[in-house]
Amino acid sequence: MQIENTFLKVSNLSKSYKADAPPVFEGIDFEIEKGEFVCIIGHSGCGKTTILNVLAGLEDATGGDAIMLGKHIQGPGLERGVVFQGHALMPWMTVLQNVAFAVKSKYPDWSKEQITEHSKKYLAMVGLVNAETKKPSELSGGMKQRVGIARAFAIEPKMLLLDEPFGALDALTRGVIQDELLKICKETNQTVFMITHDVDEAILLSDKIMLMSNGPNARIAEIVVNTLPKGRQRASLHHDPMYYPMRNHLVDFLVNRSKDLQIKGAKGELDGYKPVIVLPGVDAAVA
Amino acid sequence: MKTLSIKVKGAILSVVILLLCLSIWHMATTQKVTPPPGISTNSSDYNSLMGQGGSEPVQKTGFPTLTQMGQTIYKQLSHPFYDNGPNDKGIGIQLAYSLARVGLGFLLAMIVAIPFGFWIGMSPLAYEAFNPFIQILKPISPLAWMPIALYTIKDSSISGIFVIFICSVWPMLLNTAFGVANVRKELLNVAKTLEVSPLRKAFLVILPAAAPTILTGMRISMGIAWLVIVAAEMLVGGTGIGYFLWNEWNNLSLSSVIFAILLIGIVGMLLDTAFGKLQKAVSYAD
Repeated sequence: MQIENTFLKVSNLSKSYKADAPPVFEGIDFEIEKGEFVCIIGHSGCGKTTILNVLAGLEDATGGDAIMLGKHIQGPGLERGVVFQGHALMPWMTVLQNVAFAVKSKYPDWSKEQITEHSKKYLAMVGLVNAETKKPSELSGGMKQRVGIARAFAIEPKMLLLDEPFGALDALTRGVIQDELLKICKETNQTVFMITHDVDEAILLSDKIMLMSNGPNARIAEIVVNTLPKGRQRASLHHDPMYYPMRNHLVDFLVNRSKDLQIKGAKGELDGYKPVIVLPGVDAAVA
Repeated sequence: MKTLSIKVKGAILSVVILLLCLSIWHMATTQKVTPPPGISTNSSDYNSLMGQGGSEPVQKTGFPTLTQMGQTIYKQLSHPFYDNGPNDKGIGIQLAYSLARVGLGFLLAMIVAIPFGFWIGMSPLAYEAFNPFIQILKPISPLAWMPIALYTIKDSSISGIFVIFICSVWPMLLNTAFGVANVRKELLNVAKTLEVSPLRKAFLVILPAAAPTILTGMRISMGIAWLVIVAAEMLVGGTGIGYFLWNEWNNLSLSSVIFAILLIGIVGMLLDTAFGKLQKAVSYAD
């Protein structure tokens, strides 16, 4: 097998839950480079979470491969950190204990002081220094999600997998945590794979946005390169000349085009389909 | 009065109800017997022969008066640990025997039920395989095991412990299995992605997650065990609060019987309160 120096390579991935039903998704091909922030957008039921679970090793795909750093992904592992949709903190542990539990799992030989110090560093990163002795039930939704993020970062994974982490938060809190996430990812050059439903969130955070068509028979329809320059700020995002072409392209896809591929896919017309790479705003200018 | 909390009001009402009950008891048990007309005072000999002698308040029935009850309680509580041979021991010793049996049977049940429950909670196959047996054994009255226990163990005291064991084991077993099987999948996924070793996962994730359910099972078991020990001790005799109660019935000392009943209630309540506290200590808010 040819091992490339691609960080993560997913090829021809598919998943079906029942033998007689059409697959939820099929022919999923994509690559992620080191340090890249990739978002995946699609309607409910297209299998986004399943793809993430396959990458996390929590679920097996029916067909295809996921190779990270030359190794097949088989089962969960500490080199991939996961931030779960519903924060998934241990409710009987304090904030610090939750993070320390993860750190201890990654570095079993460390002393107690080392573990505490390391955990505190990551809690400080998400601005939770004063909450470390609190139980998750005493925290707001946004704070819980931050603990989840601190826990995932604290094990210093090679890749971070985020399953719609801000879905349940109000817009204001979401914005603050998005900024924090952006800052931390920049500092640590973290590779991130994230599911979102929020088009603006995707434009703000990601380098590359993968658009999935509707399921069943879902595929990656387009890979949209973020044409907005790096160093994006939430406050000034919508003043960027590329913002509206970008946003319109994404919304148009979700509203109109996401259905088309599904219809073709169900007829079997899409075998060997490769996703279109789009640079909204730039393509139009070239054309 | 408006400022009194519901709790204080409730306590006041409880005291009122208690006083009411006690006064009914008092009125029902003491009654001045007036000599029926036609029978002269000369017939007081007859009266005394009939158990109606004197004109001072006397018992209408064999039921103890409040004063007699108070005397019994005072007598029993002032020397709780005396030991005058097999049929005359202080209430403290009898209670200690009962509690020791319950404690031992309960502990044995814990040692068996919690690891076993853990296993069948983790393995759906084991659960399916053992469930029919559990469902059949669970509804059997623990006392029904007594003859078999006595026959095979040949020791009444150990048979009592066995009966406690068998009645405590089921609620603990089922609750442990249920608690372990229903740990939130998310938390298990966290443990998986962190590559937590099986032993660490069992003790640091599954056990604390299932602890409130397990404690509920233990609390139910303890309640049943305390119910059963009284009956078991009546049956096997020798020692214990149940035997004490039966023995006092044979002595026709109803005040001692009532005293024993009260004590069984109070100890049962204390045990339940203790387990309630434990339950609170391990429960968590989601």
